[in-house]
Amino acid sequence: MTDEGFESDDVVTLEQGAGGKGMRDLVSGILTAGFPDDSLDIGREAMDDGAVVPIGDRNVVFTTDSHVIHPPFFPGGDIGRLAVSGTVNDLAVMGATDVRALSSAVVIEAGYAESDLERIADSMAKTCREADTAIVTGDTKVMGHGDLDGIVVNTTGVGVADHVVGDDGLSPDDVLVSTGEVGRHGVALLAEREGIEFGTTVESDVRPINGVVDRALSVAGADITAMKDPTRMGLAGAASEMATKGGVGIELRQDRIPVPSDVKGASEMLGLNPLQIANEGIALLGVKPTAAADVIEALRSHPDGQDAAAIGKAIDDEHGRVLLDTGLGTRYLREPATEPAPRIC
Amino acid sequence: MSDREPVPGGPTGGVRDASGDTNALEFRDPEKADALAQRAEELVADIDADEISIMHVCGSHEQSIAKFGLRSMLPDGLDLRMGPGCPVCVTDMPEVDEAVALANAGVTIATYGDMLHVPGTSLSLSEARAAGADVRVVYSAAEAVDIAEETDDDVVFFATGFETTAAPTAAIVRNDPPENFSVLSAHKYVPPAMEVVAAMPETDVDGFLAAGNAATITGWGLFEELVEETDTPITVGGFEPLDILAGLVVLLRDIRDGEETVRNAYPRCVTERGNEPAQKQLWDVFTTESGEWRGIAHIPDANLVLQDEYAHVDAREQFEIDTASLAAGGSSLVDDCICGDIMAGRADPTDCEMFGEECTPEDPVGACMVSSEGTCKIWHEYGGRPDL
Repeated sequence: MTDEGFESDDVVTLEQGAGGKGMRDLVSGILTAGFPDDSLDIGREAMDDGAVVPIGDRNVVFTTDSHVIHPPFFPGGDIGRLAVSGTVNDLAVMGATDVRALSSAVVIEAGYAESDLERIADSMAKTCREADTAIVTGDTKVMGHGDLDGIVVNTTGVGVADHVVGDDGLSPDDVLVSTGEVGRHGVALLAEREGIEFGTTVESDVRPINGVVDRALSVAGADITAMKDPTRMGLAGAASEMATKGGVGIELRQDRIPVPSDVKGASEMLGLNPLQIANEGIALLGVKPTAAADVIEALRSHPDGQDAAAIGKAIDDEHGRVLLDTGLGTRYLREPATEPAPRIC
Repeated sequence: MSDREPVPGGPTGGVRDASGDTNALEFRDPEKADALAQRAEELVADIDADEISIMHVCGSHEQSIAKFGLRSMLPDGLDLRMGPGCPVCVTDMPEVDEAVALANAGVTIATYGDMLHVPGTSLSLSEARAAGADVRVVYSAAEAVDIAEETDDDVVFFATGFETTAAPTAAIVRNDPPENFSVLSAHKYVPPAMEVVAAMPETDVDGFLAAGNAATITGWGLFEELVEETDTPITVGGFEPLDILAGLVVLLRDIRDGEETVRNAYPRCVTERGNEPAQKQLWDVFTTESGEWRGIAHIPDANLVLQDEYAHVDAREQFEIDTASLAAGGSSLVDDCICGDIMAGRADPTDCEMFGEECTPEDPVGACMVSSEGTCKIWHEYGGRPDL
């Protein structure tokens, strides 16, 4: 298995697309290994949610994201809403809540229903209005039937940040704040795919979060020390990355983490950990302890931040690792090695 | 015969969390857990020993202990470790080789998912499948029979697990499966292994927490003989956090009092006599044979093999299984794997230099990193003894 792996080392595997260590190795080892140096403070090498390109005296944040989710329509959202939210949110968690422009590149399989395309486009338009931004340029390609599974949507975004917030800025004692409930997107998708019904339908949390994040930045500014949107690898993945990059440990309290009861129930049935599955409508913030109460109050003043909660803190111990106080004892919370299922965003 | 009174402060019924959330799960109440941990600490203090070693023998126990971080609640001086409680992990390489050889010979192999990635001498079933063999993952013995019913080709169910899966295998064998169906049994029987491990000087077990799931079939009465032979108290425990903590308290009380006896800390599921029809079925179909448990020891009467009467369903009788071609040629790292020592309770995963480095769930070297019941896989996910 190690010498002659059951998956060849020579081809790209699904696991390498899942956003964890496998993907980071693929990107830095092959994809970007020979790219010219970008000489940016927060550029490619930082592997943050976006790059910061100083233009004049402004910090322009630049990011891109391709979306391949299956199925394209799911409880609580669709690929169009996801494509706009995904890029807006990557900008927002860099501090660029003022999203100036988006591009949209769409690759469609021949035979795709125009009515579905229309639904997706309508959804993108609606989501842009929620995020107070616009799609200003784009590209459309069609591939042969069978050359692609349905539709791929790529969006790129440009935003401006007053305070650039990286994912590496945590210091010991910083409070970890979640802007909302955890676990909805991944469970909604998996339940839909597996055809499992739980009495109630779990809906994805997919939504643009630049508005709610802006509330926090306006009251706390530089007291927000780190941000990340806990997408594919879930809260555990985002927290692990923030701990590693910040050179701190993180201690989370399970009883403080807002997990909706339908997500809890569905996770038990599916054998999932809600802390390790995808979210598309929340951010994880590191906040100076003196500003934590104000930040939570500000977040809760926004409709998308009503479940905001302090869920843990950074510690000067166990550097690079995340601990979970289960309410009984304490254990490690690991970044999932692979996401529970591919094509979730 | 000792008393079987319920544990004071132990799990008795449902609890709601502070928010009144109706989804709150029973048997995870932090206050009760703290009280039990406190009781354990007092008992450990009462016992005049540098270290008390309690061994459990079930991957599901380890899952719960690690997932809820229970070790961090336990007092210093109480060492709670897993013994030979992962049937996949103790399956010996030659047993995997038999399945691989059959698969390579063109037989359809149906088995539980964990078995796919367990290393054989040179190949795992997953590697055989990648090379073209027909290897299917099933979730039950019945599903393997379904596969056989849909084809004329030979289908062999590579059967693994303790009593909890051996009983359903026995039911299938007795139920006139199709002629093209047979069973390659790697089923294991835990009590003899507990006896061997208890006798190992380096493990030095003061008490066993026995697996409540297997005991639902065997009954707790089964362990009385084992207690007599090992002079080691045994408590049968369930799998929720409060079940485990309550089981430990009961066991510590017996260790303190020098009571070598069996107790049942899982009375809502386990009875003295267990599931007698299932036992009858099990022993009608299977008998025990001595054999190697991977890396641990040669264990007398702990492998479950089919009785002669069922030779027509026994893959070892139905096929000439030639494993000679599967000569060593696998990973050289396997030689450094300390899975056996971990399964015997002689070492922790963190004692292994490959743990989390060369050996991960994505690219496992040993079976303990393959199975969800394996100590290494569990510790890799949740950590073991936190050093806080």
